Amino acid sequence: MANKLIVSPSPHVQSSQSTASIMRDVVIALIPALVVSVVVFGLNVLFVTALSVASCVLFEYLIQKFVVKGACTISNWSAVVTGVLLAFNLPATIPWWIVVIGAFVAIAVAKMTFGGLGKNPFNPALVGRVFLLIAYPVQMTSFPMVDNPGLDALSGATPLAAVKFGADVGQHPMTDLLLGNMPGSLGEVAAIALLVGFVYLLWRKVITWHIPVTVLGTMAVFAFVVALTRGGDAAQLWQFPLFHVLAGGAMLGAIFMATDYATSPMTTKGCVIFAVGIGLITMCIRLWGAYPEGMSFAILIMNACVPLINKYIKPKRFGVK
Amino acid sequence: MKTFPMGGVHPQENKLSRAKAIEVLPLPEVVQIPLGQHIGAPATAKVAKGDKVLTGQLIAEATGFMSANIHSPISGTVQSVDMVENGQGLRQMMITIKREGDEWVETIDRSTELKRECTLEPAAIIAKIKDAGIVGMGGATFPTHVKLSIPPGKKAECLIINGVECEPYLTSDHRTMLELGEEMLVGVEILMKAIGVDKAIVGIENNKPDAIAHLTELAKKFKGVEIQPLKVMYPQGGEKQLIAAVTGRQVPPPPALPIDVGAVVCNASTTYAVYRAVQKNMPLIERVVTLTGKGVKEPKNLLTRMGTPIQTLIDAAGGLPEDAGKVINGGPMMGRAMINLASPVTKGCSGITIMSGQDAERKEAGQCMKCAKCVSACPMGLEPYLLSKLSKKRQWEAVEAEMITSCIECGCCQSTCPAYLPLLDWVRLGKQTVMGLIRARMAAQAPKK
Repeated sequence: MANKLIVSPSPHVQSSQSTASIMRDVVIALIPALVVSVVVFGLNVLFVTALSVASCVLFEYLIQKFVVKGACTISNWSAVVTGVLLAFNLPATIPWWIVVIGAFVAIAVAKMTFGGLGKNPFNPALVGRVFLLIAYPVQMTSFPMVDNPGLDALSGATPLAAVKFGADVGQHPMTDLLLGNMPGSLGEVAAIALLVGFVYLLWRKVITWHIPVTVLGTMAVFAFVVALTRGGDAAQLWQFPLFHVLAGGAMLGAIFMATDYATSPMTTKGCVIFAVGIGLITMCIRLWGAYPEGMSFAILIMNACVPLINKYIKPKRFGVK
Repeated sequence: MKTFPMGGVHPQENKLSRAKAIEVLPLPEVVQIPLGQHIGAPATAKVAKGDKVLTGQLIAEATGFMSANIHSPISGTVQSVDMVENGQGLRQMMITIKREGDEWVETIDRSTELKRECTLEPAAIIAKIKDAGIVGMGGATFPTHVKLSIPPGKKAECLIINGVECEPYLTSDHRTMLELGEEMLVGVEILMKAIGVDKAIVGIENNKPDAIAHLTELAKKFKGVEIQPLKVMYPQGGEKQLIAAVTGRQVPPPPALPIDVGAVVCNASTTYAVYRAVQKNMPLIERVVTLTGKGVKEPKNLLTRMGTPIQTLIDAAGGLPEDAGKVINGGPMMGRAMINLASPVTKGCSGITIMSGQDAERKEAGQCMKCAKCVSACPMGLEPYLLSKLSKKRQWEAVEAEMITSCIECGCCQSTCPAYLPLLDWVRLGKQTVMGLIRARMAAQAPKK
């Protein structure tokens, strides 16, 4: 016979999406926030991001080649995603060697130790960030003033830190929070740019709305109830929830970190439980904890609950009441 | 618009032959008729080498209730009753007949005139359907008379006609509904009478607006028959999905059957065959087969005698394309890849889909990143990634507890996996093993005689 026929079991159709295309889409979705960050904090942003990405990719390549001795995995773009997300969690003025250490912890410790893509229980970028936060607290919380980008001698408090130490939420105009006109980590400051990325990911069917909307919704409701019990004026009732949803790493965490495939539950119901947990823990840390921001810790704590959620929260089975 | 309650995917439809009228394929010179071309026991051959047979003559008889009769699709001489390689390269008992002329069994009415009136009792209708060897022509090949024989204590409430044709590429049901719609609706009436219901719903996906409009117009003349357009979503043609889509009722997990929610489902082409069997004494000896594929010169809908070599159909559509890499008996979601193109068209063969080598080659599998797309796509509410993983580890008790026997093998999970994992390969292995274990358990528990 002229043609050699291929024989394999059905289905004979495969997805038009691939692991690499999905990861690439996540990187594309992060570009608007990167652009805003460059505008707000200056060109150093590009240096930090490029260094973080390059370190993550290099570490994964080396470990896969010399330790695991397996096929090269960097072409699936997942190390690039980790690199960009790690950079987004750092101040723009961070010393270069801290970036490299963070990348090492993220890739070598949090990802490859467990078997690489899909097998890591904790979000690699967040493990890297939290390690750096504990190991280098000074450098990790020195944020450049928006008005003096690049000058690391001057550092400003993030809106969350300011509020934590007694400032009124009303001091931070909502437009500043939306557009990134505030001190903060590199990629977290512009809520509107992150929302553009969110819409892109939804359109490309990379993630569903459940986790981001539930995390932010839980935080807003929680903040609203707290504002009620504090008995502030009417303006406080909407300002307080809105402030918490827009400030700090809420948007970045809810849209890009909590939705990480490997470290979030497998069912929609499980994802909602997971997201409610993140929202609650974040608000508790923000309001009553030692740190001004609790998003990273909240996501990592809920990451730890994912195997349990997957075990007990099953999808609705067809035909079972 | 109505559809089933969970999961599902929407692969590219590629209905290339949708506008091609049914064309009659010339009579084949030689046919091969497998004795086992339906679910249940293979039929028992009633002819031997050298016997002369007429078109429509019974050549193999149902072996027990769960089996089906088989008739000769041509007139001629039996050349052999022997093991022959089938489409998948497995050896199977087949009757080979060489054609001589075109002589028919006398009782068969070959006119195309519509015969509306049917005065037969339900039992007589079912007997005629059984005699004609009718089985589900959508691909499942479940004997139709078994479906229509409602077990004691159960009651049918609604007849559902499956005109969904959710498989990409295939258009044989579509063309049958469009060109033989009135005959099919008489078939619906006959089936309603056979199972004693006064309501029938014909479910058709919304990508066939011409068939929906045509049948809606015709159905005005048929009492109790309703045409239900459905949202385009694979695997809506699955029996359980279709019942849920049109009635909202979900058939409980195995061993429950559609009749447990009062439903009897029959495929559109099968319903047309029922009309011909009951009104015209025509056994199931021919069917419409879609010959299609992107590289195929002229995709066609061919009215084909059973037993015709697949190669004959391919030649009728312009030959095997240069770049052909896979020939599928059925559609790309659930069809079976063939290695032997000399193998015959059977009762369950609704189409032949030819894919290019590039489209047919499985892409290299990566690592599961827990994206959960398979869980969202599963129309049975299962977790394919988990079933596949546990099957790979041979944890049969665990996969049984995760309800692996509910899997309908539709392939949604695997077709949506961005890591190209062979999920369904492993799930099939697990399902077969667990079903074997369940059978062994039941046999051990059964009281000894």
